[in-house]
Amino acid sequence: MLRLQERLHHARGQLRGTAFALLAGAALMTGAGTATPAMAEGKTITAVMHSGLRVLDPIITTAHITRNHGYMIYDVLIAVDENFKPQPQMADWTVSDDGLTYTFTLRDGLKFHDGAPVTAADAVASLKRWGKRDSGGQLIFDVTDSLEAGDDKTIVWKLKSPFGPLLDIVGKQSAVPPFIMPERVANTPAEEAITGYTGSGPFVFVQDEFQPGVSVTYKKFADYVPRNEPASWMAGGKKAMVDEVKWVTMPDAQTSINALLSGEIDYLEQVQIDLLPLLESSEDVSVETRDALGYQTMGRLNFKHPPFDNKKIRQAALMALSQEDVLGTLIGNPDYYKVCGAIFGCGTPLGDETGADTLISGGDTEGAKKLLEEAGYDNTPIVLMQPTDVISLAPQPVVAAQALRNAGFNVDMQAMDWQTLVTRRASQAKPAEGGWNVFFTNWMVPEISSPLISAMLNGRGDDAWFGWPKDDKIEELRAAFVAADTPEKQKEVASEIQKHTMDEVLYIPLGQYLMPQARSNKLTNMIPSPVPVFWNIEKAD
Amino acid sequence: MLGYILRRILAVIPVMAIVAVFVFLLLRLTPGDPAAIIAGDAATPAQLERIRTSLGLSDPLHVQFFTWAKLLFQGDLGTSLISSTPVTQMIGQRIWPTINIALMTIVLSVLLAVPMGVLAAWRHRTWVDYVVMGFSVLGFSIPVFVIGYLFILAFSIELRWLPVQGYVAPSQDFGKFLARAILPCLTLATIYVALIARMTRASMLEVLGEDYIRTARAKGVKETVVLFHHALRNAAVPIMTIIGTGFALLIGGVVVTESVFNIPGIGRLTVDAILARDYPVIQGMILLTSAIYVFINLLVDLSYTFFDPRIRY
Repeated sequence: MLRLQERLHHARGQLRGTAFALLAGAALMTGAGTATPAMAEGKTITAVMHSGLRVLDPIITTAHITRNHGYMIYDVLIAVDENFKPQPQMADWTVSDDGLTYTFTLRDGLKFHDGAPVTAADAVASLKRWGKRDSGGQLIFDVTDSLEAGDDKTIVWKLKSPFGPLLDIVGKQSAVPPFIMPERVANTPAEEAITGYTGSGPFVFVQDEFQPGVSVTYKKFADYVPRNEPASWMAGGKKAMVDEVKWVTMPDAQTSINALLSGEIDYLEQVQIDLLPLLESSEDVSVETRDALGYQTMGRLNFKHPPFDNKKIRQAALMALSQEDVLGTLIGNPDYYKVCGAIFGCGTPLGDETGADTLISGGDTEGAKKLLEEAGYDNTPIVLMQPTDVISLAPQPVVAAQALRNAGFNVDMQAMDWQTLVTRRASQAKPAEGGWNVFFTNWMVPEISSPLISAMLNGRGDDAWFGWPKDDKIEELRAAFVAADTPEKQKEVASEIQKHTMDEVLYIPLGQYLMPQARSNKLTNMIPSPVPVFWNIEKAD
Repeated sequence: MLGYILRRILAVIPVMAIVAVFVFLLLRLTPGDPAAIIAGDAATPAQLERIRTSLGLSDPLHVQFFTWAKLLFQGDLGTSLISSTPVTQMIGQRIWPTINIALMTIVLSVLLAVPMGVLAAWRHRTWVDYVVMGFSVLGFSIPVFVIGYLFILAFSIELRWLPVQGYVAPSQDFGKFLARAILPCLTLATIYVALIARMTRASMLEVLGEDYIRTARAKGVKETVVLFHHALRNAAVPIMTIIGTGFALLIGGVVVTESVFNIPGIGRLTVDAILARDYPVIQGMILLTSAIYVFINLLVDLSYTFFDPRIRY
């Protein structure tokens, strides 16, 4: 019996040993030493951004998270302020009387993170690469005679014909700003991602700690010389007031709110509207809207195939829709949305709501029915794509599908993930053979605030954005906008573009909405901005 | 035995080859375009095509396959199409949180579930049995994210004993690792305790009816010895199978728990890669998961010989 007990004791001991060995093994098997940032300590800001950072090249992609990353580590020649006015950032400029030569002069003290001085050659190479990717940049390069470094500090840009909004486009903050990179990096072909991440901005990218889609760390760049002017949007002094900024990805919205409430993170870039009450009762957290312009949600029709190759049927679709219905379903809380028929966004210099009466007044189902009848709609099914995995894009198709059905359209709403949708929308096949008729997406308002940067206003047929309208008139109007040399003239042309866009239904603006942010009250001096920038923010102990 | 192990290890090669071909083809037949993720919403069709070409996605399928297979033979899983990071590096960063959490969970589960199952079988059809089985049914039935949120609400938000989220490597700070790992492990263990306890009970019930148990009792052997030495060891084979499968499932990725507790494990890596159609990462992850399954199954099979000496290979 004793022997049995001993053996049993031995077996128990073995079991305990195994358990401890496994636990110890777990403790030791951590070669990679990876970690998600836990508690925010000292002068570190830990922020949960709207998405994980995966693509590190802010020129190859229009993803907002990569643009935000770009603003952390790179600087720009000029930048728009909160009044949409271009201001000097890395460089001042002069324009020749004939409007054909722009000369930019780099300011003193500009250095890359590797210690090398920023030169005009770096800026020229960066602008050229940007010009191959950005739609506005492409327009400027279409009329560029030469872009060269005059000397180490001078960039000379010569045009074949005047381009009125050049400074607005070079200074724009979205979707692809012309970030200045070292020449060796900027020489990477525009369709290949860069592999070096040396910038000259206020923060340095810590490559060793980067985990794609999980976390990214930035350290303060001690040698950065900020401008003296106060910060205003992307312009003015960019003063890094903390030693480190960490962006963490949290796929679960509830977890990120819990983490903010418990003090584990300092900043939540976007809060789901339905979860706001959880934060609003906290004394340690402030909920506010940093980006007063917000987003525009919109629908795009396919001009290639019936029935939307017919203008009257496109007009019927527009007439059937109500912004209030879409926004009410998408956002819910009226404090965070507003109906807005302006294709350039409400609150922008070019914003104008002409021609959007039915959209902003609740739709006109009867009017849409009449138009459909006049157009001889033959009940061709319309394939409407619904991305079910993107919370900010899933409701619009459902509301629109019902409104279109009410007006007499035969709607075939097809659910899919966003990846399938972005692949399918690139297909010009017939809707019944893998193509499509309607899809929806959202834009930050600055991205649609000018006819030169709004993707939907390109009327170059197969070279246009998905939907491929062939519209010579819109191209003429865009050319007239380029030629307009005063804000007043630009506004006049923009108004014509608004009318034409609504008449042709180049796209259907479905209203504007805001995304609130939440921050720990330890963070102060956060400037209002469409891009969530981290300069000037101070953190209390 | 050694020959058996070698044969099993060699058998991995054709299994992996079939998995590799199947996964490659399946992914290419699934709609999706990594170039669209890289380029963003505003890219024109022409820009997309240029990026696709630069990534090699416009090459014929067989060219893409052989390029990948060639790298694979050199031990290179390729580079992420989205982040341009080597897949091995990405997996290396993300696998340790998963392994650590899985190990802790399975140890915790076994320590709790086996005694519970033995107890339930021993006190068959008494309140003890009903309590254990009741817990088991609950453990199966309540979704894992609900359990996770309840734990967070109780221990992190209300009591403020433990952090809400995050992961710290044990080598970095063992205390912080434990503080952050306790809740996800408890959450996951709820299911596995239920599963293992149920299996232990069923297996023990079968064994407790055997003649040799009656003989042992007739000889006056202590009940604990009867239960844990005679019965449990003989009941161990199916229990080991369920533990092995459970561990493989845990390693394969527990994406919901990883999301709720913000653990940067391979479950999230796989889901993110699928959503972005990051082919090299998905392929690498599926190959790795297949290899883990094969390896764990081998270990489970070998463990049978320890618990039941009649089994020989």
